[in-house]
Amino acid sequence: MSDKEKKQGTSISRRSFLKGVGTGTVAATVVPSVLIGSENAAEAQAGDAISTATIQLNINEKMYEVEVEARTTLLTVLRDGMDTSGNNVDLTGAKLICDRGECGGCTVMVDGKSVYACMMLAIDAQGKKITTVEGLANGDDLHPVQEAFIKHDALMCGFCTPGFVVSSAALLNENKQPTLEEIKTGLSGNTCRCGTYPFIFDAVKTASRKM
Amino acid sequence: MDKFSYINATSLEQVTSLLSESGWGEVMLIAGGTDLLGELKEYVETPKTLINLKTLPGMDGITADASGLKIGALATIDDIARHPTIQHHYTVLAQAAASVATPQIRNVGTLGGNLCQRPRCWYYRDETINCLKKGGDVCYAVDGLSKYHAILGGDPVYIVHPSDLAPALIALGASLKIVGPEGEKTLSLEEFFTLPATNPFRENVLEPNEIVVEVTVPQAKPNTKSFYLKAREKGAPDFALASVAGVFEMDGKTCKTASIVLGGVAPAPWRSKEAEAALTGMMINESVSQKAGADAVQDAQPLNDNAYKVTLTQNLISRAAMMAAS
Repeated sequence: MSDKEKKQGTSISRRSFLKGVGTGTVAATVVPSVLIGSENAAEAQAGDAISTATIQLNINEKMYEVEVEARTTLLTVLRDGMDTSGNNVDLTGAKLICDRGECGGCTVMVDGKSVYACMMLAIDAQGKKITTVEGLANGDDLHPVQEAFIKHDALMCGFCTPGFVVSSAALLNENKQPTLEEIKTGLSGNTCRCGTYPFIFDAVKTASRKM
Repeated sequence: MDKFSYINATSLEQVTSLLSESGWGEVMLIAGGTDLLGELKEYVETPKTLINLKTLPGMDGITADASGLKIGALATIDDIARHPTIQHHYTVLAQAAASVATPQIRNVGTLGGNLCQRPRCWYYRDETINCLKKGGDVCYAVDGLSKYHAILGGDPVYIVHPSDLAPALIALGASLKIVGPEGEKTLSLEEFFTLPATNPFRENVLEPNEIVVEVTVPQAKPNTKSFYLKAREKGAPDFALASVAGVFEMDGKTCKTASIVLGGVAPAPWRSKEAEAALTGMMINESVSQKAGADAVQDAQPLNDNAYKVTLTQNLISRAAMMAAS
């Protein structure tokens, strides 16, 4: 089910009501817009059952207010989500490939650690700092990992590259000078079907010298 | 995934009470979600409600002191793999944790989830197949494709238990604290897991309204060496084809006590009393270690495609024993 369909199924008035009474969302708190056993969102409390919710996500240091179903994954919000003002989130760097937490194409950082966005529910990402591949560069200044990937031509088809770049950046966050073995372990949750691994490992080595 | 509603847990009492109001599979627990969401995406499970355990306070701690080790069920696998005391004194556990899946999964996957994860059997994970484990009549591994299935303790369901942490923790003598509506109870982790002959539908004795909250490990004895050896199909993250958790109390090259628990070869973590008996009190050398490996698999009953696991398991045990003596 797309987020557009979800939007249509959601009452605008209830959302307006939420805003009207000043019931905003705070970090790590879900304010449900639809409750089982209660139609009044203002009565929502911790422990209530949530089927859809308006949540705030901090993605690349920008706050997004999105409506999600409980089952919506973080990856779905990033790629196909729409904020409550009707703007697409449109962060399609994280790729939907295996959708089972195996290939690494959807890797993003949550609080600085790499995770599979396809295997994390969006409501669980509230109150956390989400960094996608789009958030690594500083304006036109590429992240050292991105520069090194270009320098070493560390891609062929490029489909896995965003995931590898984020995993590499996460690795260098916690280990500034990884050995080759540590690089291999750190990137072991990402798969490149073109087999560009040696170039990727070289790129991470180069990036580590600039961190 | 089917739709479900989501409840952020506020207390263990609330969780056990919610679980008590429903049967298996209607209300399920989620922490890291890396196993559960896979089952939901394959429609192997279709719960109406998920209870999010991550909002329970104080359940993700790891404490190590003179009495031993306490690990909350919400501690991540990465926390366990990197914990300095675990690396030094409970090496088998740190090695097992580091061998689990990938960094992305270790960063969110939890101890409780790892112990309670469901089997990876391709028949079980296929929503269109109603196998014996899911209430059908047949374990399709028996006449079907059985490369990754059990060689020990399988009858009548030939899944293997996928956990790496469980064999390591059992080898270390761990206990498990479980909370239910009537309060808490503690049992040895070894007793927690069950075989299909006892209950083909479950891998452990957890009741529908109970929750795993903590694992405790007794203080490691002096002169203990421990290892987790895990054979995978490729040099890449995967579940174990076979694994050995070995904890050896050594006096020089003599093995005073040995604790040998196998992963990936049986529907539950498999303590090899035969290998332990072959090593205990012995000066470990090539022939003793090989006998321990051979004794461990003497009752193995491989299926059509997994006889290789017999040799693999045997050699992993021998190798672990030789490492203890070196």
